[in-house]
Parts: sequence; C-alpha cells; structure tokens
Amino acid sequence: MIEILTVLGPTSVQDLGRLDQYRFGVGTSGAMDDIALRAGNIMLANDENAAGIEIPMMPFKLRFRQDMAFALTGAEVEAEIGGRSILPWWRSQARAGDILSLKAMPRGARSYLTVSGGIDVPMVLGSRSTQFRGEFGGFHGRPLQPGDMLPCSTPNPAAGIGELGIEPADIILARSHVPADDTLVRVVIAGEYEAFDGATQELFWRSSWKITPQSNRYGYRLQGPAVKPISPIEKRSHGIVPGVIQIPPNGQPIIQMRDAQTSGGYPKIATVIRADLWRVGQAKLGGRLRFEQTAYADALAAEADVSTYLDRLRTDVRLLQELRRCR
Amino acid sequence: MTAHDRPRISLLGTTALLFEAPGTFDLPHQRRIWALAATASKWPGIREAIPGITNLMLTFETPPRELESLIAALNDGWDEARERGIGGREITLPVTYGGEIGSSLQAVADYTGLSVDDVVSIHAAPLYTVFALGSHPGYCYLGGMDPRISMPRRQTPLQRSAGGSVSIGGSQTGVSASPGPSGWHAIGHTTWKFFDPSRAIPAALAPGDTIRFEIERVLP
Repeated sequence: MIEILTVLGPTSVQDLGRLDQYRFGVGTSGAMDDIALRAGNIMLANDENAAGIEIPMMPFKLRFRQDMAFALTGAEVEAEIGGRSILPWWRSQARAGDILSLKAMPRGARSYLTVSGGIDVPMVLGSRSTQFRGEFGGFHGRPLQPGDMLPCSTPNPAAGIGELGIEPADIILARSHVPADDTLVRVVIAGEYEAFDGATQELFWRSSWKITPQSNRYGYRLQGPAVKPISPIEKRSHGIVPGVIQIPPNGQPIIQMRDAQTSGGYPKIATVIRADLWRVGQAKLGGRLRFEQTAYADALAAEADVSTYLDRLRTDVRLLQELRRCR
Repeated sequence: MTAHDRPRISLLGTTALLFEAPGTFDLPHQRRIWALAATASKWPGIREAIPGITNLMLTFETPPRELESLIAALNDGWDEARERGIGGREITLPVTYGGEIGSSLQAVADYTGLSVDDVVSIHAAPLYTVFALGSHPGYCYLGGMDPRISMPRRQTPLQRSAGGSVSIGGSQTGVSASPGPSGWHAIGHTTWKFFDPSRAIPAALAPGDTIRFEIERVLP
C-alpha cells in the first residue's frame, strides 16, 4: 500500500493507455510521457504496461506502508526519501513507513513514480489508466487526493537488489540545436495542411509557440500569430488521435493529448509524431514550442530510435541484475 | 471522374490514418462506411476501424512500412462497399430544451432567423440515426438533422459543457454523455445514461440505433 499525503493538481494513476476502445468513444488516456513510464517499469523488472503515478505538480508527498523498490522517472525533480536526497531516473528501496517527498521540478512537466509490481488498481476496459472524462479506471476514476491508499501488486524480488540509475531519455534522445526551455517536435502534415496558403504554412513552421496555462492532459493550447486557412473549414466529425494539431477558427493551434476527445471537426494542420509526443508532455506551461516537418518514413525511424533506447535499457538492467545475483 | 468523387486519405501521424468518403452527409454513404469499417477491422496491422461521419479512422497495431497498399485497399474497399443496413433499436429521449444547460438555444434561433419554438420543433421532429460514436465515452453522432437549424461550431471551444447536453455543431447534432470541453452549441439536456464501463460493450447505443427526441419542456 501507498498512502498519499500531499498532492497538488491532477495527479493520477496511468499505464500505457487504453488503446482499442475508440469505437465506443473512449480515448487512450495513459502516461503523457510513455517513455518515462516504460523506463521506470524496466528498472523495476515490471511489465512495461504496469501502472504508475503521474505527478504534474510539486510538492507531492506519500508514505510507503510496506517495503518496496520504486523509481522516479520523467521530469527532473528534487526528491527525498526518509530525509535522504534521491535522483530522478534512479531506482531506490523504500522501507515501510518511509515518506517520499517531491519538492521541486526544475526541468520537465511530469514526474512518474513506478513501484515494484505496479499500482494494483482494477483493469477497466483493458487498462488501469484514469479516464477523467468517463470517471473510470485509475483510482476510482479521479485524480488522487490526500488520504488515498493505493494498493500495490506483489513486488518482484529481483528488483529489490540494490540501487540503480539510468540515463534519462531526454539526454539520450536529445535533439541538437534546441535552445534550453524550447521544445522542438517533429510533425507529419495532416489532412488540411494544403488549405493554408504558403505564407501561413511558413508562419506555422517559423513561429515559436507559447504554451498557455490552459494546457493539460486534454490538450496543449498554444498562442502565437493567427494561423488561418484560406477559407473557413467545418469538417464532418472524424476520429483524431493524441498528437493531432487542430486549428480552431481563432487560428491558435491545439495539440491533442492523452485525454483528448476521440473525434473532432476543426481543420488539422499536422500531427506530432508518436516518438516526440512525450516531449510535449514534458513541456512546461509558459514555455515555448516549435514544429519541424518530417516525412512518414523519418517518423518511423524516430520510433526506432526510441525502441533502441528502451532495448538498451532492458539489456543493461537485466545484465546488471545477473551480475549482482552472481556476486 | 473529378477529384471530388474520390475519397480523401490522410495521415494522423504514425498511429492512424483517416479515410473520408466523397459525397453527401447521408445514411446511404454512412451505411457504406459501416461496411468498409467491418472489412478493414479484419486487416492485418489494424487495431480498430472507427466510423466517423461519412469517414473512417484506422488505428495501427503497428504502423505500416509503406502506405501505398493500405491506401489502395481502402480505395478498392470503398468502391466495393455496399450499404450495410443495421437494424438497430429505437429509443425515445425526453429533452428539456433551453434553460441553463441549453443556454445556446436563443443563439441558434438568432443565427438561423427562426423562433425558439421553431428551432425546438424542427430539432425534435426527425427520427435520428446513430451514425457513429466518438468524442468521449458513449457519445453518439446523429444523422438526420434538418439543415435549417445548422450553426457553425464555436470560435473557441468551451472548457466545460454539462453532461447530457443536446447540442448542435455545424450540420450535426448529438447528446454529450458526460461533462467536458465542447465546441458545440447546447440547446437542451437529457438525463439518460449512455455509458457503463463495467460492461464488455460499455456504450448503450451503437451505430444503426435510432433516437427520437421528445420535447419534455422548453425553458426560457
């Protein structure tokens, strides 16, 4: 069991998402930074789809009610367990009664807490992710509150052997020539791209978009020069996925995120590729975001880069466990 | 054959693809979409085939290496698709038009140049068909609205619209199943339950079902 002590903002239980319920109007939910969640689960020898806690705001505090290994991944955080500092992208061992405290998030927007065995909330429609709109999944279909007691699955004993740190995804997968506090994401153009004239398309690519405070798990609402199609467009409602960049009539782009509606009718200028969507999830409110056009084949290659990073993690963690077991 | 007679196929990044049928927003086209969805959902690498309004989204289990064969299969599939009739059930939904939740009723009347009573009676007249599910859990897109009460979507979507809202967006209408953001204009509300996550088929309605709105009250 884990007892939530202090929580701010919409902190929630998430796994990799509910990917196959679109036909009932159910979106994916799931971790905004899926690479961080996977990495945490890999460090703990969990199923990579095991549920963790997504923490978007500090301070956050919880008490472990039993001994267990855990990891913090995702955003850079200043954290302590039992008064001792720990690093992000690090696996540590908690004793029953230990208090884990996340105090500040100097870089990134979401920290992920994974625990050995995973957070054991019921599977609903194939996933443990919180579906905020439908109020199901996760912990009673809602954000976490102080006093919540989260059940944990039986820990994997192998994950208890010693501490372990890994290279953060944002360092290994860093893009070159990106100024600090700027997020650059690759996008594939979408259905209505040609409905914008050349100058407007150029404006879309060239602008440094401000991430407004109205950005959240539903969508990132951006602010910048108005990007409007040659003539107004009303599409018939159609399916959309996380990453789709819609242009509502005010010309201010909205990037659909994990809790987005499953369909929409605003024109779509482009879609953030899956390999870069976690970068949006880690982009801070008030920060800047830019788009870079990429071809479908290059988008697939970018996914392969992510797979390579995760494959190497799996191998390294497994080798280290074997080494320690032999000693 | 002109470009307008051919379907439009576009990418949604690397996780999905969108097929948009040519032609009008009507039941015969939608029945062909249902047929194409049934076929495409069985193709290898396809996770789900999700009908929209005269369009179809395919989500990928694994993104295809090349897109040409999938595009060709969709084009051929559309040409071969016959109207798939679904004998759904018919339900009657009592609606309170206007009031706090349906506060855009007057705006629709103003925009269309009709009286509030006309908007209500025109909206409640047809037998609507559930064309597709989407937006949020259990939400149904309905076909059959009288174009006289069409109104373009909002310039900026609302952050929160009430659950059970009966709304108009463009030439479409629908009922929200839970509270959430919306770019549509709410003209009334109902208290019916559209979604139950504890069931294997969680949505109460499916494409092909029909809905009749019953005017319960009209509030100022």
